[in-house]
Order: sequence, then C-alpha cells, then structure tokens
Amino acid sequence: MNREVHPGIPLIYLDSTATTQKPIQVIQAMNDYYHSYNSNVHRGVHTLAEEATAAFEAARQRVADFINAASSREVIFTRNTTESINLIALTWGRTFLQEDDLVILTEMEHHSNLVPWQILAVEKGLRLEFIPVTVDGLLDLETYRKLLEQMPRLVSFAHMSNVLGTINPAKEIIQLAHQAGAVTVVDGAQSVPHFPVDVQDLETDFLAFSGHKICGPTGIGVLYGKADILNAMPPFLGGGEMIKRVMLRSFIPNELPHKFEAGTPAIAESIGLHTALDYVDQVGMDKIAAHEREIISYALERLEEVPGIRVLGPQAQYKGAVASFTFDGVHPHDVAQVLDRSGIAVRAGHHCAMPLHEKFNIPATTRASFYLYNTLSEVDRLIDGLYNVKQYFG
Amino acid sequence: MDDLYRELIIDRYKNPHFRGSLEPHDISFEDDNPLCGDHIRIDLRINGDERVSEVAFDGHGCAISQATADLLAESILGKTLDEVKQINKQDILDMLGIELGPVRLKCALLSLKVLKAGVYGLGEATDELVEN
Repeated sequence: MNREVHPGIPLIYLDSTATTQKPIQVIQAMNDYYHSYNSNVHRGVHTLAEEATAAFEAARQRVADFINAASSREVIFTRNTTESINLIALTWGRTFLQEDDLVILTEMEHHSNLVPWQILAVEKGLRLEFIPVTVDGLLDLETYRKLLEQMPRLVSFAHMSNVLGTINPAKEIIQLAHQAGAVTVVDGAQSVPHFPVDVQDLETDFLAFSGHKICGPTGIGVLYGKADILNAMPPFLGGGEMIKRVMLRSFIPNELPHKFEAGTPAIAESIGLHTALDYVDQVGMDKIAAHEREIISYALERLEEVPGIRVLGPQAQYKGAVASFTFDGVHPHDVAQVLDRSGIAVRAGHHCAMPLHEKFNIPATTRASFYLYNTLSEVDRLIDGLYNVKQYFG
Repeated sequence: MDDLYRELIIDRYKNPHFRGSLEPHDISFEDDNPLCGDHIRIDLRINGDERVSEVAFDGHGCAISQATADLLAESILGKTLDEVKQINKQDILDMLGIELGPVRLKCALLSLKVLKAGVYGLGEATDELVEN
C-alpha cells in the first residue's frame, strides 16, 4: 500500500497487531476466484464447484502444513480467533465442564479469551483463576504451579500478549497443564503470524488464530484441535454442510472438519489465506521473527531516549514486536492523533485488554506494532513524531 | 463427458451384476454421502479361509457411486479380508480409469468407505479409511 493518508507524507503502518496489510498476491488470488471460478463448495458437480471445492480444501491442507497439524481434518475454518475460542467454550466447555470445575486463564488475556469463559462460568458455575502478570510483564509461573494443584480442567492462554508483547513459554505451560490433567487452548492470534508455531511440538489440544493478522483477509480464522477431542465434541452451529443425514426431527453430524462448519464458508477468504501463508513462508517465518527481534530491540532502545515515555512489558528478549507505552501528560488518543498527522498509524486505547491495563493502573496506552514490512528507519520516524508530540503538548 | 462416463460406468450403472442383498451374511455395512445423499449398503459372506465368497450391494445415487460399488464388489470376490483392507483410493481410480475432482471423488469412494468400515468392524465409516 503506497497510500499517502496526508498529501506528501508516506504512510507508516505500525498497527499490524490489530490487522496486517495484505500483499497484492493475496488480493489477486481472491479476485481470481470471484472472476474465474466463483461457486459454492461441496455438493456441486459442475466444473466451477469442483474448482472452488479443490481450492477451499487445498487451503485447509495449507493451514495444516503451516502449523504442522497431523491431518487437515484437525483444521476447522472459523471467522477469526474469537469465534474459534467461543466454539471451544460452547461445544467442548458446555459438554465437558461441570459446576465448580476450574478454568485457568492469565491476567494478560485479550477479551476474546476472557469473555467466552466468563459467559460459560455463569452458565455452568465454573471457577476462573488467573496466572498473574509480574511487574516485568511476564507470567508468574510459580503461582501457576500452585493453581495446578487444584486440578484445573482447562488452561487457556495467549501465546503472545497483544499489549505487552510478552512471548509466553507455551510448551512449558502446556506440559504442566497436561500433567495436571487439563486440556489446553493456545490463543495464537499474535504468535502464528510472527514466529514458527508447530502444534505437534507444542502438543496443545487447541490452537486458535486469525487470517487477517498474517497477511490474509478478514473473515477467516482457524481452530486447530486434536482429532480425538474434536470427535468427542458436539457440533457448533447447525445447518448445511455440518450434517451427514437430516430427518425432520433429528440429524446425524458430519465428519471432521465439516461437523463444525455450518453454512457456506468464507471461500474467497480461505483462498486468500492460502496465498498469505505461501507469502510469509516464502519470506521465511524464521526470517520474519529475526527481523522483528531486530526492530523491537531498536525501537525499545530509541523509545527510552524520549523523556516521559514508559514502555510496558518485558525486555526485548522476552517479547515480540509490540511496544505499548504511556507518555507523561499526554493521553494516548492525542499521541495517536498527532502521529497520524505525520502519516504514522498507531493504535490507542485498551487494546481489548482492560483488566491488564487496570492491573498496571493505566486507562490506556499507545501501541506501535511491527511486522515483516516495517523498517528501522520507520522506527526513527516514529521517534521524530513522538518528539513532535512532546513539543505540541509540552 | 466421454471420459467421465466411460461405457463401462454407464453399463454397470444400468446393468449391475452384484445388486441385491445377502441373508444371512457375515458382514453388512451401510453409509451415506452427506454431500449428495448417495447411499450404499454392502453385504458379504466370508468362507472358512477368510475369503469373500459372496458379495452384494444395494443403494441409490449417481452413476459413479453405484457403478463403482458394482465394480468394487466384483473385484473383491475371492479376496482375503486382509487384501480387502489394502484397497485404496488409487485402486478405485485405476478401476474406473477416469480423473475425478474432489466432489465426485466422494461419490466414487463411498462404496470403499462402506466396505472397509464393514471389514474392519467399525461403528462408523470415516473419510480416513479411504484417504490413502
């Protein structure tokens, strides 16, 4: 995207944690579908339907390969991470959790990994406990170990915080959860786009992520689940595609993965996601991670120079390319507004993590987040912009 | 069109050799293709050395699903149950001699799915049985 939001000033997009920009290939792949083989999937016998079905199922296989799932049957297409987590809560949770059962979350969760469990907790009488966040922005694993003694049924946590940038030790958290007999959910919204994630290596029971945060389109997300667990779960939404047979008063659900995909799916978006995964893989997930490490180290170093700025979260070695900060005497909305005039797009607010902001006793932060297309010189422009803010309000 | 509906497929669809049922039988299994409602049931009689001595199928659906069931029935006569378990997707495609897209492939593989679920003594037929 070469747009100049304000004439003469090139855009600097530092809001990839919210959603990423889309490569031209992704947009073209979706256009091709609509131009050349737009059709509904499955059931149809005509050529367009065959082509659309093949493309849709190829996208599923591509996702499975990308996260190293044992089978594409373990890949369910949803709308986004939020829907994936709600699916788990409303099918697995509703079926297998009972009154007084313990669900462990963390204090750094996005609302999408809090509210679904709060809703279910009210419905079923569940107990919710939270792994605390230390002042350094890390999870307090000592307290986690103690919580595990209460035999939780589920541990659900963000692989990487969308505010602090903290990359949590997922493998260790999962291993400990399994030892305690709990099922695990990894919210991969911020991890899958930014560094290699291998579900078999993690051994997690579930992983959720969104297409639009990994160069793909909005409207498509993924729920990965181990086949045994998915098979034991009841269906999610009812309708076409998710059935094997329908009588007037009852139905027999379809096999995986279709059992969880009622109605016409996001076909163009699945094709866009396929192309997006090809794109990031071509660049190389390891390279993307290394590039982001370089940028965040540099950004933290430069942000420290600016008087009045305090960055939340851990040191660069424990975090991804997210810098949320406060600016003494200036509200984040004003910071973002002034930066926007310099063509710099950052986000301001609570970033869908109100409890975390409350914990740090701040109403809101300004967040600059980086992805494979950001550069060190853009960090310099951000810093210049922040000095500008200081001048304006100082 | 000629490719998809080879003479053999049309012929076996119109004049199946193995349509019917076996009572009593040693193995019987049935299932649907949820995509289009095709239905196949396969009955088998097994003799002393674990070979298929008699086979019959019944059901309804498209020419490809029904003709494949008939050809598959013919191909397993005299085979051991272990040999039947080895039949895979490629064997079916070779038997039909046509290329199939993902939607029609489900039609072609329904009878193999039913047969394998029956021979393995499974509670339900899954796509996993015919993936390789």
